[in-house]
Amino acid sequence: MSTVAFAAIAIFTLAAALAAATLPKLMHAALSFAVMFVGISGFFFLLGAEFVGLVQIFVYIGAVAVLIVFTILLTRDDVENVRSFQWGGAIVAIAVFAGLIWAIAKTKSLPLTPPQIEPVTVQRIGELLMTNYVWPLQCVGVLLTAALIGALILVMEEKS
Amino acid sequence: MTPTLQLFLILSAALFCIGLLAALSRRHAIFILIGIEMMLAAANINFIAFWRFAPQPAQPTGVMVAIFAIAIAAAEAAVGLAMVIAVYRHFRSTNVDQLDRLKG
Repeated sequence: MSTVAFAAIAIFTLAAALAAATLPKLMHAALSFAVMFVGISGFFFLLGAEFVGLVQIFVYIGAVAVLIVFTILLTRDDVENVRSFQWGGAIVAIAVFAGLIWAIAKTKSLPLTPPQIEPVTVQRIGELLMTNYVWPLQCVGVLLTAALIGALILVMEEKS
Repeated sequence: MTPTLQLFLILSAALFCIGLLAALSRRHAIFILIGIEMMLAAANINFIAFWRFAPQPAQPTGVMVAIFAIAIAAAEAAVGLAMVIAVYRHFRSTNVDQLDRLKG
């Protein structure tokens, strides 16, 4: 883990996140949202969790970003709302950030250097998913099925 | 020279607050969903960072929790965007200020 790589990915991710939060055009924001997830998976690679980084790229850039772009195209609001930004949210966000920074700075015993570990292979994750984490895996399967059916029912045409 | 745990925590705090800013200050429903996804991703960075800096990461618990969190976030995004489309069909708008039918 090098500090240079960390700083580069941090600036990239935070710039993309700020663009996604503040750009007035919805489509530009959605595309910066996808770019931000490239940076976040960069952090996962940096921290040695390669599988999570790849899952993040597949799920977010491959599925969620495309879903958001489809929704934007399906619900095109032609009335451009100029005064859509409200400063109350910015004040709350800055207050929460200050509180979190205060809490992190007050915590004394945070470890400074990561210990040496053997890399987490996909085989290890698969074995854990089939042994220790088999109940959460089944629950996530049920949840995803319920979300699929629920999303379909929500957007189904109502017969009137 | 390696980045410390504090740097990762500060970065994910910043990302969380940018997501909060997007969810609170924008009036468009899709922006609110983008903000919520951003906050979930910041929480995932914390899971992975705490796992990596823990003294004995024998079991990759943080990795497993992050994988399940990503799956749940994907389900949340699918249902949320379906709700945006359903609301748009009723009101012809995705501005959350105009959805005030339940207001007393």
